[in-house]
Amino acid sequence: MTGAARAALVWIVLVLLAAVIVAHASYTADMSAFLPRRASAAQRLLVEQLRAGPAAHLVIAAIEGADATTRAQVSAALAARLRSDAAFISVNNGDAAQLERDQAFLFEHRYLLSPQVNAERFSAGGLHTAIGDSLDALTSPEGLLLKPLFTRDPTGEMRVIIDSLTAGRMPHTSGGVWTSADGARALLVAQTRAAGSDTDGQQAALVALRRAFAAALAQLPPARRDSLTLAVSGPPVFAVAARATIEQQVLRLSTLSALLIALLLLALYRSPRALALTFVPVASGALAGVAAVALAFPVVHGITLGFGVTLIGEAVDYSIYLLVQNPPDFARTVWPTIRLGMLTSICGFAALLPSAFPGLAQLGLYSIAGLIAAALVTRCVLPQWLPRRGALRDLSGLGALLAGLLARLRPLRRALLLVPLLAGAVLYLHRGALWSHELTALSPIPAADQALDERLRADAGAPDVRFMVVVPATTPERALAAAALVGAQLEPLVDAGLIGGFESPARYLPALAVQRARQASLPPPGELRERLTEALTGLPLAPARLEPFVREVQQARDAPLLTRAALDGTSFAHGVDTLLVRSGAGWAALLPVAGVGFGELSPAAVTAVRAALAAAGVPAQLLDIKGEADRLYAGYLLQAVQLALAGLGAIVLLLLLALRSARRVANVVAPLILAVLAVAALLTATGHALGILHVVGMLLIVAVGSNYALFFDRTHHPSPAPSPYLTLASLLVANVATVTAFGVLAFSSVPVLADLGSTVAPGALLALLFAALLAPPPRAAAGAAALQSA
Amino acid sequence: MTAARVVRQALLAVCAMLLSVPAAQPAPADPAFGQLLALLAARRDGQVAFTEVQHLAMLERPLQSSGELLYQAPDHLEKRTLQPRPETLVLDHGVLTARRGQRTHVLSLRDYPQVVPFVESIRATLAGDGAALERYFHVSFAGTLEHWTLELAPAEATVARSVQLIRISGERDSIRTVEIRQTDGDESVLTLAPVRSP
Repeated sequence: MTGAARAALVWIVLVLLAAVIVAHASYTADMSAFLPRRASAAQRLLVEQLRAGPAAHLVIAAIEGADATTRAQVSAALAARLRSDAAFISVNNGDAAQLERDQAFLFEHRYLLSPQVNAERFSAGGLHTAIGDSLDALTSPEGLLLKPLFTRDPTGEMRVIIDSLTAGRMPHTSGGVWTSADGARALLVAQTRAAGSDTDGQQAALVALRRAFAAALAQLPPARRDSLTLAVSGPPVFAVAARATIEQQVLRLSTLSALLIALLLLALYRSPRALALTFVPVASGALAGVAAVALAFPVVHGITLGFGVTLIGEAVDYSIYLLVQNPPDFARTVWPTIRLGMLTSICGFAALLPSAFPGLAQLGLYSIAGLIAAALVTRCVLPQWLPRRGALRDLSGLGALLAGLLARLRPLRRALLLVPLLAGAVLYLHRGALWSHELTALSPIPAADQALDERLRADAGAPDVRFMVVVPATTPERALAAAALVGAQLEPLVDAGLIGGFESPARYLPALAVQRARQASLPPPGELRERLTEALTGLPLAPARLEPFVREVQQARDAPLLTRAALDGTSFAHGVDTLLVRSGAGWAALLPVAGVGFGELSPAAVTAVRAALAAAGVPAQLLDIKGEADRLYAGYLLQAVQLALAGLGAIVLLLLLALRSARRVANVVAPLILAVLAVAALLTATGHALGILHVVGMLLIVAVGSNYALFFDRTHHPSPAPSPYLTLASLLVANVATVTAFGVLAFSSVPVLADLGSTVAPGALLALLFAALLAPPPRAAAGAAALQSA
Repeated sequence: MTAARVVRQALLAVCAMLLSVPAAQPAPADPAFGQLLALLAARRDGQVAFTEVQHLAMLERPLQSSGELLYQAPDHLEKRTLQPRPETLVLDHGVLTARRGQRTHVLSLRDYPQVVPFVESIRATLAGDGAALERYFHVSFAGTLEHWTLELAPAEATVARSVQLIRISGERDSIRTVEIRQTDGDESVLTLAPVRSP
């Protein structure tokens, strides 16, 4: 077996191995690609909640069109179908049955749930005051509502509970179902059984939801069903949509750029075989890249595959250099330059490996593995399959044309001095708004979908919470107890009008110790009757009227304490699951805090809440979720800039080692820096705020552009060089291929992909142009010698 | 998220059930009824003192409250209770806001169709809004423009379950009393009088 045959065999085995790994890898397209690998405790909680918290499987559905009665009817039919579907844990549309269950639960457990229940309230004096207040309240509309319950609940515990619960904003109701504030949409809130990270399960649940809606519509006469539509939002929808978008974009964009590049190369080579060979290193590289990521990371992010399109842009260059230049002794002449170019690219990408942003780290590993594989295939496997020399079209003519054009452009090289000046001026003028600051800049969710989500959340009374008090504890019981202490400190802030209100799991499920204390403060029947006789003095009520009260207090004294299981079947179960969560090794109670008018907290309110937390005497902190997310992003951005600079440093160092001449390194690096500056200025001038992927794109400009610059360096040095014309032609072809690949990316609807494309496409073009212009004029002797050899 | 809403809703349902009963078929409108509505509609605002007496079967004495009632055409109504404990109830463009102590409760009438007739009986009468009155009640008019009485029997079954009859009496463009008789026999009487000089 020849060396070449062995290489081919090894290649085939490795390709098969990689294919197996790729086929067995798990893929995700959720937002977790954008969440940090290492994080503060607060960020970890945030990430856990986004990934797997109960909020991550909440779906809000809105029924629009037709009239209110029809919408209510469809909402009821839809809810009935979903309740019998195992894909959903809970379904709530505000219907009467649910309301009655919730109301019955609160009323039955009022003596365990009411924060007012204590020994003082059940003394003769306390009873007198409480019953007196309830009598006064009977004159108000709310009191009127409580009238039928009066003899069972004369101290008004139900009123107290409702007062504490109405702190949140609730959906409106019309026709017996939840609606938006303007009544134009019927609302339904459902929780999928599939966890936030199970995109397949969530997709199945959403399909079931759509099917149930269609079935509910089918029950209507055709005239009434026509205008009805279903809008669905929530994290599961985003996860599924993001995955679909990324999958579709990755597939479509890869196909499109491969097709465009294939057409270009076919036109140049006029040989299908050469074309096929061009894609061998690219495909091998892509396979190796995904396999490497699958081995090194628990899950491959869909977005990594999207970035993978970039690999086409660079890996295709290798085979182009080989095929176009097609030198007699590839391994000795062209290969060293390709190898150095590949190593510089790897230096650049290696800088991304330590990134806290998983998407970036995966991109780095994917590209490194992909480029090594593509380069090795180009070096070891491809040459043996090349058509005979002369069988391929000679592009020297194109090269000569280019050389002539460049010679005419050369006098303009002084004008390049303007590039740093102009770019510097543009960047300076935009210095205030240079960088993008919001995490949402990374989100693959289109702005329209985000707006829909915001609207539905506002309708459903579940606005995105910005501020949340986090109370960590070792057990749920301790978390609930601590949450109650924090709640007691926050209550006065609500009364003082500093904050609009707050939620707490302890409202629905008080700590067992708290429940026990409340139960212990209830007097036995005989004693209660005596106290009532005294308490009712001066009130227009006979003690005998309150026998139902005495009976129910007696029942409450012996009732079992509330546990999480007791909440099953009520709307409060979901409330507790959302607000009492596992965090790291322990638990955390979450208390979302709303500003006055349910806006954001004012700075004064933030200060007041922090002071209240300090006074509560339990470890608790106020988490600014949007602030934390944006800090996270700012951290990524800063890190991306640092890593890109480190990558640049590594590239310069590598070039110094390889070229052993500061002047040659400067010649190679100068056009790249100019290209980066020009692109940064272009992006800024066209209204883009620079984000992480722009920075990564700039690193890519340096990585890809260094190949061009190195070839120019080589054509002007006495090391073995093939035809400078062929070199020039191959560079142009490679450049057009790269610009095509990234240019296609620039039109992606996924922001991160578009950012990358719109940075690298113009950058690669400029890098080639600048490198060509800045290269020293070709020496006639070298050129002539090369021409002869060709 | 849903708990409080759910509870308030449930309470209203309970309330609606507790009040209940039949409505007498009203007599066709008197021509003086039209004149009365025109007279009432011409009045743009008003401020009166009120006393409310509620007779509840389970209590040995009626409950009394008092305060001020403010009206601005066509849909701003404010009930300021001063005794026995301060409370302000504001109806504005279909939104009811209750303020007691530091707490404010807001409810949109769209959410509580059962409550609408209670509020509309007074608001629509003050505004001379005959259409609104007849949407919710079978209206019968008695008396003269000088001394008139409107009897409002709920038209909707859900309301009729709790409210038997609302009787509003007045003199020209001023309301004097509003009596609400509930189906369980409980009754409230709201008496209005010009505000004594401030």
